Amino acid sequence: MPVAVETNEKFATYAHPERLVSTQWLAQTLASGAGKDGSLVVVESDEDVLLYETGHIPGAVKIDWHIDLNDDVTRDYIDGAAFALLAAAKGISRDTTVVVYGDNSNWWAAYALWVFTLFGHEDVRLLDGGREKWAAEGRELTTEATAITPASEYPVVERNDAPIRAYKDDVLAHLGKPLIDVRSTEEYTGERTHMASYPQEGTLRGGHIPTAASIPWGRAADSDGTYRSREELEALYLGEAGLKAGDDVVAYCRIGERSSHTWFALKYLLGFENVRNYDGSWTEWGNSVRVPIAKGIERGDVPSIN
Amino acid sequence: MTTSQALPQALAEIVNDFQELEERDRLTLLLEFSRSLPALPERLSNHPELLEQVVECQSPLFLTVEAEKSDHGDRMRLFFQAPREAPTTRGFASVLYEGLDGLSAEEILAVPDDMPELLGLTRAISPLRMRGMSAMLGRVKRKIANGVSPAA
Repeated sequence: MPVAVETNEKFATYAHPERLVSTQWLAQTLASGAGKDGSLVVVESDEDVLLYETGHIPGAVKIDWHIDLNDDVTRDYIDGAAFALLAAAKGISRDTTVVVYGDNSNWWAAYALWVFTLFGHEDVRLLDGGREKWAAEGRELTTEATAITPASEYPVVERNDAPIRAYKDDVLAHLGKPLIDVRSTEEYTGERTHMASYPQEGTLRGGHIPTAASIPWGRAADSDGTYRSREELEALYLGEAGLKAGDDVVAYCRIGERSSHTWFALKYLLGFENVRNYDGSWTEWGNSVRVPIAKGIERGDVPSIN
Repeated sequence: MTTSQALPQALAEIVNDFQELEERDRLTLLLEFSRSLPALPERLSNHPELLEQVVECQSPLFLTVEAEKSDHGDRMRLFFQAPREAPTTRGFASVLYEGLDGLSAEEILAVPDDMPELLGLTRAISPLRMRGMSAMLGRVKRKIANGVSPAA
């Protein structure tokens, strides 16, 4: 049984307020015992693989993007059978309300949420502000191991990539329609091929997909890690990036994680129906043979593809 | 592992401790290491410009190496700083600190570059994250190879 959605003034302005919960709501809902009967499972998903172990929201389970969600052989996500095993082991049934939170303004949490969505898990929400906000408010974090009651069953669902995931060929076919590049300006212009202070992930060329607008992902988040107001998001994506209602949009970054955060904002907060995350992102595009790129701060023109 | 024979004793013991554990327990051990990383002495924590950032690490990691005179020649002193929110990075730093601090330049330079792989964490941590530790070791060795100045 899904848990009732939160209503508050800020969320009400968004297109899909049911996709967010506040720290206060989560604390109250947990206190009311919703986490005890399997109706609500809180998932922590972090960049740092050990951060959960240093203290997590009481009752939360951990899902690691590298270890749990990526297939370790192909460059792909796990399949339906593996996802069913993972979900059930974490106490998640098909009708469980899943609330995901994490470090770095929910960057990896949004990625986990996006992967849950590939499998059509219906009720998956993001904790607005993530781990930092929860901690900053002095709410409880515990190192006590979560006693998980595995779900009796999670169905094997075939991943449905098409609505929210773009492959390279999809992006080539998409050229001419809006693209949002969520990497840093230095990565967009081609000055760098990875974020400052982050590991090089092996991209040969620097630049961006021609015509992509540059809106670094973090601009969608406020200083406390929560999403910016609808008005502010509209100024960013409709104003600055030039998106129009009804647009078919593709967001990308370097490996598809930062762009999940933007995908969430476009899809659920601003209500764009057709938003896809191109998870191959720059590590694929920037290395692909005969694929056009643009350099510098200008968006560039639609290339003619032979 | 044959390579571990070439490791300095303290580091070889740490590698053994990791290898004797199941994969899951290795993560717990790394977490314990992350907790024991000593804080920087004030003369360094008040002067962040004296530290170098290892940009290959996912989280901000700063380090420096100083030489300390002893009866047996110069000893290398290692200093690391990483935030609490980055336990994996702190854990790696702490392994290097406990395994290498106080050794001679030659001993540290002889540590194989692939030493981090001996910890058996690659699958549990992911290859991408392991790169951060290799980069840290590389930076320590490069600093030493370029010549380390005595403590101020």
